[in-house]
Amino acid sequence: MKDFKDIRKAFSMHVDLDDFIPATDEEKAYMVQMRPSSTFFRDGVKRLLKNKVATVSLIIIIIITLSSLLIPLFWPYGFGEQLGIQPGKPVDSSYGNLKPFEYGKTEQERIAAGEKVFPHIFGTDERGRDYFIRVVYGTRISLAVGFFASIIVLIIGMTIGSVAGYCGGAVDLVIMRIVDIIYSLPDMLMVILLASVLKKTLGSALEGTALEKIGTNIISLFIVFGVLYWVSMSRLIRGQILSLREQEYVLASRAAGAKGSWIIRKHLLPNSISVVIISTALQIPNAIFTESFLSFLGLGVNAPMPSLGSLASDALNGLSSYPYRMIIPAVVISLIVLSLNLFGDGLRDAFDPKLRN
Amino acid sequence: MSEHIEKNNDILVDVRHLKQYFNINVGWLMTKPLKAVDDVSFSIRRGETLGLVGESGCGKTTVGRSILHLYQPTAGEVIFNGRPIRNKADIRELRKKATMVFQDPYSSLNPRMTVSDIIGEPLDVHKAYKSKAERMERILELMDQVGLNSEHASRYAHEFSGGQRQRIGIARALALKPEFIVCDEPVSALDVSIQAQVINMFVELQEKMDLTYLFIAHDILVVRHISDRIAVMYLGKMVELADAGEIYDQPLHPYTRSLMSAVPQPDPIVAKANKRIVLSGDIPSPLNAPSGCPFRTRCPNAAPCCAESMPEFKEVKPGHFVACHRVNEL
Repeated sequence: MKDFKDIRKAFSMHVDLDDFIPATDEEKAYMVQMRPSSTFFRDGVKRLLKNKVATVSLIIIIIITLSSLLIPLFWPYGFGEQLGIQPGKPVDSSYGNLKPFEYGKTEQERIAAGEKVFPHIFGTDERGRDYFIRVVYGTRISLAVGFFASIIVLIIGMTIGSVAGYCGGAVDLVIMRIVDIIYSLPDMLMVILLASVLKKTLGSALEGTALEKIGTNIISLFIVFGVLYWVSMSRLIRGQILSLREQEYVLASRAAGAKGSWIIRKHLLPNSISVVIISTALQIPNAIFTESFLSFLGLGVNAPMPSLGSLASDALNGLSSYPYRMIIPAVVISLIVLSLNLFGDGLRDAFDPKLRN
Repeated sequence: MSEHIEKNNDILVDVRHLKQYFNINVGWLMTKPLKAVDDVSFSIRRGETLGLVGESGCGKTTVGRSILHLYQPTAGEVIFNGRPIRNKADIRELRKKATMVFQDPYSSLNPRMTVSDIIGEPLDVHKAYKSKAERMERILELMDQVGLNSEHASRYAHEFSGGQRQRIGIARALALKPEFIVCDEPVSALDVSIQAQVINMFVELQEKMDLTYLFIAHDILVVRHISDRIAVMYLGKMVELADAGEIYDQPLHPYTRSLMSAVPQPDPIVAKANKRIVLSGDIPSPLNAPSGCPFRTRCPNAAPCCAESMPEFKEVKPGHFVACHRVNEL
């Protein structure tokens, strides 16, 4: 009997009429929850920071960049300073090829006298130059070459590629045949030829200008990148734009009366940005590699100035005795390249709304 | 009544002998013209809706785009508001007065732009505002007109459903207060319940803003619901044009008859009584269209004269145009 009562209770319904009073406007407003609007950029940054790998890579890139910029400000040794050579004194050979945390003869005397001497963290090279500061400067040069060369490649490749893709027809045909010609040239040969020719011609042209300080070699490097490496970028962007310009929103924009430059800027380039970001991120390590290759051949940065590539190639001579001199710049190059690649991937994920989950 | 007739005679868009050929590569350095639209003439009165039907590939969309000069017509003339469209300045003026709503609500909105930027794009292009505040005000007004919440202004298109996306596309088309809108299958990509909402919105907007539509579709029931007059196209040519009711009840062209017989009937008794006219064969390629009447290869009434010349598109009854040699015999 008791069970039956329970069942009946379960089926009976006591209606509380208060639950059915229409909601007031305030109550309705309380129920509406709008997500705060945020811009495309802010959204992307938020997603980027959620991605741990990309964030760590970004931090590594920032640390490397900042230290390459800031450490030379307070480091007591210069990148070209040969510690064994003092004016008016014979060359002190004890400073050459110091192992990490070793000191030269005069420095040992100063330590014995109670003075504090800044240690040579990575030792010195065969000419008695502090190796740590050379690595720092080399990183600075390599990063600068990588970033600026990629920006040059990006600007040239993007302009030419988007014009070719958007205009199509004869314009596209002519530009793409030029691209094919540049593509088919053996690029290393061209790089060497251009770099050696430009080195001579630029030297006199740049005299007395602000650019002289940067050095003819680096400027000729940039020109070489600008002339030769835009082709793959422009091909990539042309392909993107060829497919994007058939989209209906481009037609809608034309129906609204938009001109070509507006359509390229507002519709085509923003939609190919992920490809641009990825290939730019990949272009930086590529540029760093080319720069070290040219430095190896003596066409890179000017003599006392180090770059990671020239440091590594210099270390080849004493590889068995001083392997760390090869390992250190190699590790720095790897770190830069790896973190740039991972960061590029993270950027693409963050700024591509179609991949959003 | 007299006012009604007067209004009806006020022609907004007059299309005369419009031809649109595309050159197709057929071999090594050889091209062949694809006659997407071949000698089409019609006019659209101010305030009316002209429905344009036909099967896929018959050139409906091309007609719409050529009228707006999104393609440069190969030959023929479009007269908008009494002024022929000839040079770039005319086209620029046309862009402000005539716009388009697209078929696919997914690909017609840029995924990188917020709703307010998409709707505001025509305003930006024509610099139709003095301050940012004025621009935003206009955008919110447009969103309100198409039934979008103003909070949605800063969202991206991919955050919306198909129907909402189509509303965004319509708001964009309305931005410059146009007189004429080409609706290129605006409801084909939507599901049926949303179709009704969007179509009713088109009707409401037409009444409110005194709009003129060229309504392209392949769904005859949808076209009949919204159109005042209906035009039927086949293989780049217009075969019949008449009032919506008349073309539905008394189609004269054999192609239109077969088309109308395929419309599903809700009443099973009527449906049973109707004889379905099934056409044999496929639509010929517009690259090698048949001589004379393009429909003769599939026409049940084809006669030798049909192969000789293209039938004239002539008025057989007041307001009823047909292109068929044998229209009087059958």
